Order: sequence, then structure tokens, then C-alpha cells
Amino acid sequence: MTARAVWGAAWPVAFAALGMIAAALARAGLADAAGSARVLAASAIGVLAVIAALAGFARRDGPVMRLATPALFGALILWLWEMVVVGLQVPRVLLPAPSAIAAAFSTHLPTLGADFRQTFVRAVIPGYLLGCGAGFAVALAIDRSPFLRRGLLPLGNLVSVMPIVGIAPIMVMWFGFDWQSKAAVVVVMTFFPMLVNAVAGLAEAGVMERDLMRSYAAGYWQTLMKLRLPVALPFVFNALKLNSTLALIGAVVAEFFGTPILGMGFRISTEAARMDLDLVWATITVAALAGSLSFGAIALIERTVTFWHPSFRR
Amino acid sequence: MLSVLSAVLLVWYIAAIALNAPQVRERLPLEAGLRDLVAGTWSMERPVLPAPHQIVAELRKSILGHPVASQRSLVYHAGVTLSAALAGLALALLLGMTLAIGIVHVRTLDRSLMPWVIASQTVPVLAIAPMVVVVLGNLGITGLFPKAAIAGYLSFFPITVGMVKGLRSPDPLQLDLMRTYSAAGWQVFAKLRWPASLPFLFPGLRVAVALALVGAIVAELPTGAQAGLGARLLGGSYYGQTVQIWATLIVASTLSLAALFVVGLVERGVTVLRGGRM
Repeated sequence: MTARAVWGAAWPVAFAALGMIAAALARAGLADAAGSARVLAASAIGVLAVIAALAGFARRDGPVMRLATPALFGALILWLWEMVVVGLQVPRVLLPAPSAIAAAFSTHLPTLGADFRQTFVRAVIPGYLLGCGAGFAVALAIDRSPFLRRGLLPLGNLVSVMPIVGIAPIMVMWFGFDWQSKAAVVVVMTFFPMLVNAVAGLAEAGVMERDLMRSYAAGYWQTLMKLRLPVALPFVFNALKLNSTLALIGAVVAEFFGTPILGMGFRISTEAARMDLDLVWATITVAALAGSLSFGAIALIERTVTFWHPSFRR
Repeated sequence: MLSVLSAVLLVWYIAAIALNAPQVRERLPLEAGLRDLVAGTWSMERPVLPAPHQIVAELRKSILGHPVASQRSLVYHAGVTLSAALAGLALALLLGMTLAIGIVHVRTLDRSLMPWVIASQTVPVLAIAPMVVVVLGNLGITGLFPKAAIAGYLSFFPITVGMVKGLRSPDPLQLDLMRTYSAAGWQVFAKLRWPASLPFLFPGLRVAVALALVGAIVAELPTGAQAGLGARLLGGSYYGQTVQIWATLIVASTLSLAALFVVGLVERGVTVLRGGRM
């Protein structure tokens, strides 16, 4: 490593550190009302230093930088949010500060945990598994029978552009207020994307490869297991990722139509009506974390299972 | 296609009998025959699953039976929702294109913003909808804007992603050609990147249209059921008016299909104008 390379790696880190110290000082300065000029100066230095660090990070490659750049950017946004809300004394009913949200998060942890169990563990996960599983099974059936293909596929394409969340009130009426109706909404919402994607994936294997399988005297199941399912996997994972967000949305929206006194959708709508926005934002944080983590987990599985796909090649 | 449609209708009627039968049987006299039972399941006031002809009758009553501007007309509610969705789509186009242009031209933005644009979609955006509406309502901002904001937030993502892909689609040869003309950055953008991005914009736009409609409908749920398709859904669910819910769903789906059709027409027009062929 030349001295130049070391210097090139060091200055953005130095800027990032400087920016964070200045930002922390500015936040601390907000507490004593005296030095507003000092707070402004520290803020300006902090923002400029962090932007310089971001520019430096963005110019370099490698997994660490690819994570550090958005992380630093997110921290900058959070800090700006905190400074603006606390500094300008934005009313709490409008937008609570991140520190207030964090405080609400830790005080209401049991409530948030119970809501999470009700919505995510009881409704989202079973609904997601059932919906994706059923979509995939029907896709296999469609693939085997041309009659079903001509009939069900246009229907699937049609339904997949419709505003399906609208079935939430019907499901609540059919399956009651508890988690069953939410799971049912999730099943319907995740079914069609999986169906459409899996059918497209099963059609993806080329004629040459299929002929090769036939020349090996491979039967339907062997061709399916060794050729067509692996080729279809990228499509299936696309649907799985898309569905992971759709499932959460479906469950939360279904709770707006009636629920026992539990659940993230219930918490958001009642606490927003009671103006307890700290708790609302804490619930949104939980939902965001659950959504991002499940998306990330599926993406990770995708990476290990379909490592051969061009989009993961280096 | 026709055989599928009739099969769906057949299954629907049979399902209506099966699902509604328990309630009908309670009310029928003992000596009533099968014929009365079936007729009963197809003409209930608040069925578990309404039969298709009941939905058609409700659609007819609520679309043709009232003047368009009246609160009872579904056309009025569909118009309220559609205007919110369209305003949201306009916001989404503005935000999506601005973000895409920034991301393509500024490397720092690409690295730091793009991951957050993706992360914003793993958040159940619709969960925030009621809060946005309530908070903006407290500020005195009611009506179209909160709904449009939610519809816009929900639909900017496909536009951004499509535009980023499209603006990056010119290959190095074409970019080099622009450089040999000594074209400035904005000229490269106006003459090469922008036209190249349009074919990528439309698939994203199609997804965005459907999402904007969903956003507008959900945004109407917490407004206390005043107007719009979402309000009709909520009202129907409060009072057990299943036929009304189904009719609203049909209207919402029709709107979504019509919007997709219009996007297809615009795409066709743009392609023809630019000298392409369909």
C-alpha cells in the first residue's frame, strides 16, 4: 500500500469522525439555550464534514464502503431530523424527534412485542407461507395443463393489477376479527404475484436444455427437479421478496377494518387518533425493521441458493 | 376466455349457495324445498357472498340510479379516489424523476441514497397512511393533498427504479459519440439519456398507476368515511353491506384497468411520435 492509498482511505474516515463529533456537540448545545450561534457553527461544520466523507466513501469500492456510505447518510438524515425538531421546537403531534421515538420504543417494549406477535407471527408468517406455497403449487399445475394455462393465467394477470387490499373488509367479515382474517388477506395478496412469477420462471428453461434432458431420457419430475426448478428460482425469489412487503401491508391494512385490541395496524390507527405519535412512530419502526429484516433474510437466501445467476457474478 | 369467464361465474354461483345456505336455512320454513333454498341464497340482503347478479344490480343502482354529483353515486366516489390517485401519480413522477436524475449524475447520491430508496419499499408504507392523514388534518390540511401524498409515496419507487435503469441504458459507444461532439452534460441528458430512458419509464409507470390507486383507497380509510372508494369500503364493512363492498371492489378494479389502458395508449403515442413502431 502506497502512502497515497493510505491517505486516500484515511481522509474520508477523518472527515466522518470530525463530522460526528461536531454533530454531537451541536446536539448537546441545544440543551442550554445560550449558544445558538455556536450550535449553528457546529452544525454547519458537521454537515459539511459528513458530506465530504460521503463523497470520499462513494469514490471507493469494497463491501465495507458499500455499507458505510448509506449508513452514514442515514445517520445524517436522522441527525438533521433530530436537530430540526428539537431546535425549532416542532410540536410533538406533528413530528416527534428520533430521541423521543427511541424513548417510546424502550418504555412500550411489551406492548410493541405483543403487537408484533399478533400481526407478524400469527398473521403474516402463516399467510405468507400458505399464499406463496399455494401460488407455487398452482403454477406447477398450470404448467402441466394447457387448459388451466389458458384459463387461470389471464385471470391471474388480471387480479395481480387489481387493488387487492380491498378484499380486507370481506375477509374480516368471513373469518372474524382475530388473526385468521388477516392471514387470509395475506394469503390472497401473496398468491397472485407468486403464481405469475413462478409460471414465467417455469417457462424460462430453453428448448435446447429441454431437448438435452429428453436425450438423457429424463422424465417429467427429473426435468423439473434438475433443470426447470433451478432455472425458475430467480423468478420465485423475486416473488418472495415482493411478497414479503405485500404481506406486511396486507395484515396491517386488514387490521384497520376490525381487530382485537392488539396488532400493529390497530396500534397505529388508535394511537394516531389519540395523538400519541411517539408510540405510532415506534410501531412504524418495528414494522420497518420487520420488513427490512425479512427482505434481507430472503435476499441472503437467494444469494446462497442462486449463486450462479449473472446478477450475482463478480 | 369466454369459457373461463363462464366457469368463474358458475363456481361463484355455487360458492354463493354453499356459503349463504346456513343463514338462509335458519329463516326458511321447514317445508321449503331445494328450489326455495337456492333462490334464497341468491337474493339475500346481506349475503356472506353475494351472487354476481346482485352485484350487477347494485352497480346499476349506484352508478345509474343517482345523479353523478350525489353522495350516493359510485361515480362520485370513484372520481374522488381517482383525482387523489392522479395527483399522487403526478407527485410520484416529479419525485421519481428528480431522484433518478440525481442518482444517475451524482455518484455520492447513487451510493448513499439508492439503498434507502430500496429500503423505503420494505417498510409497510400503507401503515403510515392513517397517521399522515390525521397529522395533516390537525394542521388544517385536508382533502386531496394527504391522500395524494400517500399515493405518491407508494408509487414513486417503480418510477425511480425504471428511470435509473433507463438513464443508464445508453451504451459507452453512444456516450463516446456524444463526447466527440463535445456535448455538454445537459446536452447528453436531453439528447441521449432522456430519450433512451422513456421505454424503461413505462413499465414502471404501469406498476405505479396500480399502486397509486391502492394508496388513494387506503388513505381514505381513516378519514372517517366521508368520500371515496375507501370510504365506501369502510362504510360497507361497518354496516355489513357486502353487496356494496363487492360493487366498490369491481369499480376499483375497473378504474385500475382503465388507468393501465390509458398508460398503454400514451406509451403507444410516445413510441410512434419518436419514430418507433408498435
